[in-house]
Amino acid sequence: MQPAAVEKVDRYLAGRARWGALEYVFWLLALASIWHGYFHLPERYLILTEIAWLGLFALSLDLILGYAGIISLGHAAFFGLGSYVAALLAKHGIINEPVLALVVAGLAAAVLGFATSFLVLRGSDLARLMVTLGIALIMREIANQIPEVTGGADGLQGVTIAPILGTFAFDIFGHVAYTYCLIVLFVLFLLARRIVHSPFGLSLRAVKGNPLRSSLVGIAVDRRLVAIYTVAAFYAGVAGALLAQTTAFASLDVFSFERSADLLLVLIIGGTGYLYGGLIGAVAFKLIQDSLATFDPQYWQYWIGLLLVFLVLFGRIYGAIIAALIFAVARWLQLSFFECALIMLAIGLGYGHIQKGLKLLDGAIARLVGHARSATPMLAHRKP
Amino acid sequence: MAAVLETAALEKHFGGIAAVNGVSLAVEKGARHALIGPNGAGKTTVINLLTGVLRPSAGRILLEGRDITVLEPHKRVGLGLTRTFQINQLFLDLTPVETVGLAISERMGTGAQWWRLVGSRSPVTEEIVEILGRFHLTDVMFERTGNLPYGKQRLLEIALAIACRPQVLLLDEPAAGVPEAERHDILATVAALPADVTVVLIEHDMDLVFSFADRISVLVNGTLLTEGAPDEVARDPRVKAVYLGESLNA
Repeated sequence: MQPAAVEKVDRYLAGRARWGALEYVFWLLALASIWHGYFHLPERYLILTEIAWLGLFALSLDLILGYAGIISLGHAAFFGLGSYVAALLAKHGIINEPVLALVVAGLAAAVLGFATSFLVLRGSDLARLMVTLGIALIMREIANQIPEVTGGADGLQGVTIAPILGTFAFDIFGHVAYTYCLIVLFVLFLLARRIVHSPFGLSLRAVKGNPLRSSLVGIAVDRRLVAIYTVAAFYAGVAGALLAQTTAFASLDVFSFERSADLLLVLIIGGTGYLYGGLIGAVAFKLIQDSLATFDPQYWQYWIGLLLVFLVLFGRIYGAIIAALIFAVARWLQLSFFECALIMLAIGLGYGHIQKGLKLLDGAIARLVGHARSATPMLAHRKP
Repeated sequence: MAAVLETAALEKHFGGIAAVNGVSLAVEKGARHALIGPNGAGKTTVINLLTGVLRPSAGRILLEGRDITVLEPHKRVGLGLTRTFQINQLFLDLTPVETVGLAISERMGTGAQWWRLVGSRSPVTEEIVEILGRFHLTDVMFERTGNLPYGKQRLLEIALAIACRPQVLLLDEPAAGVPEAERHDILATVAALPADVTVVLIEHDMDLVFSFADRISVLVNGTLLTEGAPDEVARDPRVKAVYLGESLNA
């Protein structure tokens, strides 16, 4: 045996789970946002809180999409169930303490996740998209059909949320709400981080990469997928419960298709398979949505759509730069909607040339920076 | 000697085509058993049936006397039946260390643990280092598998099967597509497999087959044409006619 090599491998394996400097920076910034909001920008709490539960929701999707390769267009089914369960528990005073209610809401979503996981085990990505989409639609219709429980199309009114742990009451500025969401996000993030760096997490990555070979090295593929799908449903349920608790309200749109679709968008912006994608994506998505809505309240969805197309066509970094440039030009020249569409058309026609140009630029940056790997990932994110 | 792996009248139909048609095979413990035949004879289909990748249309498969005909693939691995693929089936985004470590922890039954970090168990690490060393993969052990040269990937394909510590190892053309210069490494590792491991080899390279096998089965059009010791098979005029003719006379 070569002890030096063993030690090297041990160090390598341990190093994969070690906290990087950027991770500390990320969470310190998150911590700072609490105090910043407290002293300077209390009106920003609403969006910060939305970012926190959206980040948790996206983290949930990342667990199945980024680590196990299960694509879903109906993740709102779990989010929505968690939302309604939390709201109902509080409204009827079944469980008053929010943290306990949060866990129960998550568990309810996990039960639904476990039950429906068997439907997404087999089949292509397309089949999975349809099945998950269908489940979310069914959940929405069920909620719609029992208005005596859910409040139907009017939503569930008259929910009051008790103080957290019997001590911290939700304030009108949203200070407690945001802190609460952030702590829940952090705790569940730590758990997710543990899971993905465990042998179980490694086996998920193997299953995602090659399910056939996974089963032939002895991995019980189906059971692993059921397990992570159930865990992800728990996460989504908790995210939904956070929304219900911080707004003291639940309505049918917690199950909406747009919610599931936006979630995929969040993950595409942030990237999958490294846990921070959902969090960064949530920050970016909400800030983009917020600032676009201020700049261009009429067409902000147009710009989000344009960004999405460019991210996929030109990679994360170049796509964002190109989209931002077009946006800046359009703002500067006061272009009409029609003129913007013409620019889009021109870019579509010149796609091949732009690609070639970007590759040259990429090569130039790589030479400038000194080693090839630093620049290539910029284009590597492009997916067909 | 007792047969460790047996099939009884094994059949597999794809639509109207019988890819495997009534194959009864017995592989003895510790054997070096080669399965040869022309392209399309059904060799890989037999391996797929044995390992559970495909369900047989009829017939039975026994591993050490136990019926495994409908057992799930991962459970067969647990019973000691492992394979390699003709076309690499690797985890391209994992490194060789992770790939081999994965198989070892599954074998030890710790692969489903989610509360413990990978790499906090030194017996696993020691075995990873030992196996990667044996397969000449030490210098690339931290590289992404997808970036490795083909010959190294081919070695990892076998190393991964070995990490499952099989009783019966099915090798589907281990040297297929490997450049001449790296062929030697593959053949040497195959030859150096522990004697108590039963090996079933599919191979087109007759030099390798005759230097390696102590028993040869010839498969033609989904049926067993003949079976015997290498010299018997080599002398068989039917075998010469359908398959070996050209290469032996050349």
